[in-house]
Amino acid sequence: MMGLYILLIFMIVGAIIAIEVKDMLSSVIAVGAVGLGLSIVFLILKAPDVAITQLVVEILCLIILIRATLRKDLPFSTTGRWVFNTFITSVFMIVFFLVAVKCFKDLPEFGFPLMRVARTYIEHGKALTGSTNLVTSVILDFRAYDTLGEATILFTAVIAVLTIVRKIGRKKVDMPDEESDE
Amino acid sequence: MIIYLLSFILFCLGIYCILRKRNIIKIIVGIIITEYAVNLFFILSAYRIEGRAPIYSAEAEILNMVDPLPHALVLTSIVIGLATTALLVAIAMRIYEKYGTFDITQIRELKG
Repeated sequence: MMGLYILLIFMIVGAIIAIEVKDMLSSVIAVGAVGLGLSIVFLILKAPDVAITQLVVEILCLIILIRATLRKDLPFSTTGRWVFNTFITSVFMIVFFLVAVKCFKDLPEFGFPLMRVARTYIEHGKALTGSTNLVTSVILDFRAYDTLGEATILFTAVIAVLTIVRKIGRKKVDMPDEESDE
Repeated sequence: MIIYLLSFILFCLGIYCILRKRNIIKIIVGIIITEYAVNLFFILSAYRIEGRAPIYSAEAEILNMVDPLPHALVLTSIVIGLATTALLVAIAMRIYEKYGTFDITQIRELKG
């Protein structure tokens, strides 16, 4: 359990570096570190399917983001109402945090989930669906409509990306090529 | 409780990045961090002390499985997160082509 805390603190430090560093490429690489740490945390929390998916998605996400930040000049402006904006944001975060601390007290203790719905899945999942992996049986059988909606969103996003980056129908054609995977 | 708070601090960092930064890439980074924090919270809420992965095995009887339902939901959410990130990056690159900057205070043509 100690490793979990260390990994979470590592992720928080990585997130702070990603937010505060000036160079965009370093920021994206720090996000990659956070995502890979998250994948190891999933593995520790006994979620191997989620860990594998997170690993693959993280790498793809990193490739897309690096493609977006390469060879771009990035002027960093700090003009404007710096003090006012920071003050408003900090007040909002503190209020949000206090409300959340109050809410977390009502949650079940870490390590003791309720499992009211999941008990049915665990007891009857193998007999009803024939799948030994319960996550697969939940995704593809008990909650198949969920997966259908996911596929809809995925293909809609792909169509939107293709619409945005296509060159036909533009007035001035001088853009670099773009990614278009899902 | 402490570990929920740690994941919530990660969420707060993402929200801070979305609200405070002016670079579009930084805002996308904030959205990604927020998404990670939410996924992490779901998986944390599914964990059970001394739990095992929710996979049946032929030779051993496994009694204390972790909750498989949040795993399935998070699996869906991760893939949707990738799709939305790709869409955001595509829009950001299009903005960069048109205005030559990622700074949201310089993008003024739709203003007013």
